[in-house]
Amino acid sequence: MAFLTNFYAFLFYFAAFVLVAGLVFKIVQYSRTPAPLKIPTTPAPTTRSGVVFRMMREVVLFESLFRGNKWTWIFGWMFHFGLFMVTLRHLRYFMEPVPFPIELVQPFGIYGGLAMIVGLAGLWSRRFFVDRVKYITSTSDHLILGLLILIGCSGLLMKFVFHTDVVEIKTFFLGLYSFDIKPLPGDPLLLLHLFLVASLMIIFPYSKLLHAPGLFFSPTRNQVDNPREQRHIAPWAKRLDQP
Amino acid sequence: MAKATFEVPELSQYTEVPPVTPGTMAHSAPFKSKDEWQDALGFPGELPEDWQARAIDKMGDLLGKYRSLRVYMDSCVKCGACTDKCHYFLGTKDPKNMPVGRQDLMRKVYRRYFTLAGRFFPKLVGAEDFTKEVLDDWYSYFHQCSQCRRCSVFCPYGIDTAEISMAAREIMDSIGVGQKYCNEIIAKVYRIGNNLGLPGPALEDTLEGLEEDVFDETGVKVRYPLDEEGAEILLVTPSADFFAEPHVDGLIGYGKVFHEAGVSWTMSSYASEAANFGMFIGSYANMRRLAQRIREAAIKLKVKRIVFGECGHAWRVAYSFLNTLAGPWDFLDPRYPVPQHICEFTYDLIQKGKLNLDKSENDDKVLTFHDSCNVARASRMGSTPGGQFEIPRAILKATCNNFYDMDEDTIRDRTFCCGGGGGLLTDDLMEIRVKGAKPRLDALNNVMQEKGVTHMAAICAICKSQFTKVLPYYGMEMDQIVSLHQLVSNALVLTPGEDDEEPDEDDDLDKNDNDEETDEAA
Repeated sequence: MAFLTNFYAFLFYFAAFVLVAGLVFKIVQYSRTPAPLKIPTTPAPTTRSGVVFRMMREVVLFESLFRGNKWTWIFGWMFHFGLFMVTLRHLRYFMEPVPFPIELVQPFGIYGGLAMIVGLAGLWSRRFFVDRVKYITSTSDHLILGLLILIGCSGLLMKFVFHTDVVEIKTFFLGLYSFDIKPLPGDPLLLLHLFLVASLMIIFPYSKLLHAPGLFFSPTRNQVDNPREQRHIAPWAKRLDQP
Repeated sequence: MAKATFEVPELSQYTEVPPVTPGTMAHSAPFKSKDEWQDALGFPGELPEDWQARAIDKMGDLLGKYRSLRVYMDSCVKCGACTDKCHYFLGTKDPKNMPVGRQDLMRKVYRRYFTLAGRFFPKLVGAEDFTKEVLDDWYSYFHQCSQCRRCSVFCPYGIDTAEISMAAREIMDSIGVGQKYCNEIIAKVYRIGNNLGLPGPALEDTLEGLEEDVFDETGVKVRYPLDEEGAEILLVTPSADFFAEPHVDGLIGYGKVFHEAGVSWTMSSYASEAANFGMFIGSYANMRRLAQRIREAAIKLKVKRIVFGECGHAWRVAYSFLNTLAGPWDFLDPRYPVPQHICEFTYDLIQKGKLNLDKSENDDKVLTFHDSCNVARASRMGSTPGGQFEIPRAILKATCNNFYDMDEDTIRDRTFCCGGGGGLLTDDLMEIRVKGAKPRLDALNNVMQEKGVTHMAAICAICKSQFTKVLPYYGMEMDQIVSLHQLVSNALVLTPGEDDEEPDEDDDLDKNDNDEETDEAA
């Protein structure tokens, strides 16, 4: 058991490092790359606060997707909102004491888990039944969907069928904070669940999952529509102005 | 006319999403650019031995210069929201004309050379080497995008295929694979001053002719000045406005509006082109060089304001980029936005009650309005978001009694491109132009059947030329497309100036037959 515990401890250190370092690298790269031209998709807000509001609608409600395709929107939103609830619920394993809002959200986390599975199944079925979506789907798209569904299913199975010792799990993760490695329960389902989650963390900065930070940096969505009022110029373009 | 060597799609009441049919447009590719034009733009003339390495280098360069490209290459999740939004896909069924299909042509190369996953597991993530076949695909399909940005409206991350098409064309230009139409035209602007290669004297002649025509018709001396130093306003308009139909009727309208406003204005023979094809080929350097001509002309002519004529992509460059490319404009009158759209100018006069408009002059027409893609989704008019939709419609309603909009799903920011934008307005791309016009013409046909619409007004030189050419393929008349300012021109009751002859007959001013020459097409 010690071997497994050590392996998982190492795996999560590694996964957390890849996730954080990879994301920081990408975010720094995005923010350092200039946007030389004003290209908001119009009509666009003419003020900064308007842009914040537009971005909030995109992040929370998936506004553009709603206009684009209702089925993808329903399934996509179910999945993402479900995942959000599930993540909130899981915070209890990583915090001591558990904040009151996280306690409050616990039952919703379970509904979230169910919604997540339904949403993912819907999204996956579109990849088989809609010829246009089938055409653009690559193997990695299937794998990521499979990974997420397995994570959801293994999690729900532990909740409803094969219970595991959640107190021990919490001790394991809290121990990781202080490099104090405590034993992890050896339930196969739990080990599978954790392995898949770690895999997801590792592929995050190297896959299309980058859409999460990407959205915030999308010039068509985050730019203010004020090109006539304010001169917008990138550093590399400014050099062209000097004779 | 309109003898097609390909199958023209049949119009349907609503545009239906076709089944995916790979390869239907793989044969379409525009004529290649030649040495002399490539050279004028600062590009190599032919494909070098080490083109692949150079192209990858260029891609790396652009990824570092354009956040849009960098973010859009990474962010697509293949959700499919864009797949049924492109007019070229809807008209051709070719999946590489789905926005994501087109983007993936570049994304697969990006993944192969710039991402860890693509380097180690190319098959898994759909990464591919940049081979000659891939390059040919690029040349074909990145010239089947009109950079209309309809896909970017529906993408949950705002991925704009136009940005990717522009980058692809810039990369291809950098390895000597340029497109004749765009590059020849840009070289022509550098040499002569406008896309059509009309030299100063020819412009002067044309404008004199217009003055005579307008005088004959209205008895009022309306001026169409060229290169007049010290004028208040510099008008920059697409060169098609100087002679093509129905464009020129719009130019006549601008002159009448300026006449009524009582401001002095001029055009410039040096900056006699509003369209900036540097954008189509994604070349910042060329786009900047073209834009600088307008700055130089404004300084030389000592004008106080700049107004742009009706043109879609031109207005995008003018509204969104001109300040960046050729600003700051601190030497112009700060009370007016720089630049202004002619529609903003006209609308303002209407609001102030300064135009005497007789709507009944347009009673022989039932109108609809085509939102030009780059005006709709890449720019604005007026001070509030969406002014680009409301202002032209307000002008239409002030000049015509009969106006009906097309289906909501096909107007405003969801408008369909005419099918000829983004550097595709050339005869060697006729098939994609005709097929790409289908979604717009489905909607037009619908209001023709249901509301008795006879004419469609537009505010873009490309739209006007494209529809003039394409409408007959679908059994419609080429003169069903009109300039917005042509309608203003028809309705505007002119105020005679001091040097105008006293009209002998009272009915001279309200002749009914002044919607002239709509039967001669360019």
